[in-house]
Amino acid sequence: MSTTNYRRIATERRKELLNMIYEAKTGHTGGALSSTDILVALHYGIMNIKPSEPKWADRDRFVLSKGHSVEGYLCILADLGFFPKAELMTFSKYGSRLIGHPTNKVPGIEICSGALGHGLPAAVGMALGAKKSGRAYKTYVLMGDGELAEGSVWEGAMAAANYELDNLTAIIDRNGLQISGSTEDVMKLEQLKAKWEAFGWQVFEADGHDIEGLISLMKSFPQTNGKPHMIIANTTKGKGVSFMENVAKWHHGVPSDEQLAQALADLDKTEVGK
Amino acid sequence: MSIPCRQAFSQEVLAQAKNDKNVVVLCTDSRGSVMLGDFAAELPEQFIEVGIAEQNCVGMAAGLANAGLKPFVAGPACFYSMRSAEQVKVDVAYSNSNVKVIGISGGVSYGALGTSHHSLQDIATMTAVPGLTVILPADAWQTKQMTAALTVHEGPVYVRMGRGAVPDLYGPEGESKLAPDFKIGEAIELMQGSDVAIFACGETVWHAWHAGKKLAAAGISASVVDLHTLMPLDEETILRVAAGCKAVVTVEEHSVNGGMGSLVASLLSEHNPKMIKKIALPNENIVTGSSPEVFRHYGITADNIAEQAELLLKKLG
Repeated sequence: MSTTNYRRIATERRKELLNMIYEAKTGHTGGALSSTDILVALHYGIMNIKPSEPKWADRDRFVLSKGHSVEGYLCILADLGFFPKAELMTFSKYGSRLIGHPTNKVPGIEICSGALGHGLPAAVGMALGAKKSGRAYKTYVLMGDGELAEGSVWEGAMAAANYELDNLTAIIDRNGLQISGSTEDVMKLEQLKAKWEAFGWQVFEADGHDIEGLISLMKSFPQTNGKPHMIIANTTKGKGVSFMENVAKWHHGVPSDEQLAQALADLDKTEVGK
Repeated sequence: MSIPCRQAFSQEVLAQAKNDKNVVVLCTDSRGSVMLGDFAAELPEQFIEVGIAEQNCVGMAAGLANAGLKPFVAGPACFYSMRSAEQVKVDVAYSNSNVKVIGISGGVSYGALGTSHHSLQDIATMTAVPGLTVILPADAWQTKQMTAALTVHEGPVYVRMGRGAVPDLYGPEGESKLAPDFKIGEAIELMQGSDVAIFACGETVWHAWHAGKKLAAAGISASVVDLHTLMPLDEETILRVAAGCKAVVTVEEHSVNGGMGSLVASLLSEHNPKMIKKIALPNENIVTGSSPEVFRHYGITADNIAEQAELLLKKLG
């Protein structure tokens, strides 16, 4: 698939998630936009999955640990055919199975998340499970940067290195913002790369909006060096929508009629992602 | 000869794991306290040491279940029911993961180690988590049966058992000589009577059974029911047994708030209100002492159960 196609896919998913949030009148807009390109890279360029057979035993596993960024993830699963696209408009509405955090009632979702700091330990179990059962699938987990203040993340980090899980890749959506402001003001994370390296991980920094770059990076990972892989993906919260970019209040803002029109126009004008 | 429930668990899970390589056991530097040394030595590929990290351990177990394995997590109940409560709620129960969380040395087993090591809130917490099965086995014989049942049961389960050896109640060598099949969710009627219904769970069942015998000797007819499964609760048996008696006594090694007594009282109050005496531990930091000393201090004894039953019946006239 060409670079242009990935960009187009990411733009379409961003537009869908904005429409979904607008329709639902609720959503974590900023984080959904910052993580879209990472999710597109994984689901369209890397992962071995079968939408017609969501429980296929050898499927690659993905855990959205920053569960509040569920909107883009749902749009991707629908686009891939895990469930009908029309269902997206039921998001957060009475009786819907599409809610504000991932649940595994939705085909394609492995585990319920939403409580931060849970995804990495679960992904460690999935990756260790592959080794124990002799399966070749790989496991991916996406975490937020604010989430890294949770202690359980570091329990999982230690365990992944301890069990030499080179079939595990964790990605941090490093947009630098959380609800209350800059991650460095709320709870200092730097030196982040050095921290993960000290925990025994092989760490890469990448542009989290360069879909092609993320795909080729992940394709290059050695699977036999006994080290789990970490990508610190530098991103922009609210990516692609001029008035949302780097504005903490859009963590869970809902666009007005005018804002939605402007946001969709922004996205059409400049397809984000390199 | 009686052995601790945790030892019965360890022996049986080892036997099961030898026949089913999907059975894996995770522990948190707790292989000694769970008596899993033999398991770790004999089946190292099915034994996963997680270090002192209960949250990570339960999360990992959910991931292992996702991979098609049958994980048992085993360690002190005080830590699994509180420190990793959120992982039990979200990763295990909400996600419907096939994980068995085995809390050992529960209740006041750790005696003089203090409130940090007591688990007197776990029934309250775990029975309010949707989708979670909650079991407290009464003795080693029942624990063995339960462990075998859990290896074939699909779904999230929390189990609490104690630390010390308890008298054998069930099985050919057990005091009751009863050897009922263990079925998750089905209470066991140890004695049938018409004056007072005594409901117990876990290691208090032995005391309740002896109380029933004492009452019988005093001419009082008691039903004694082992409510080993607290969720799903065997409502049919509770309502039927209570309906056949004048009053109800509940006995448990748990805070008086939110435990088995509360579940029974709540059920009866909606359908068939009865006078109830809840014998449990007060919602306070427990007096220093060994587990049997603590039981005596707070009246979790056959003598006190029988006495409270008699007082209740006298009150009713």
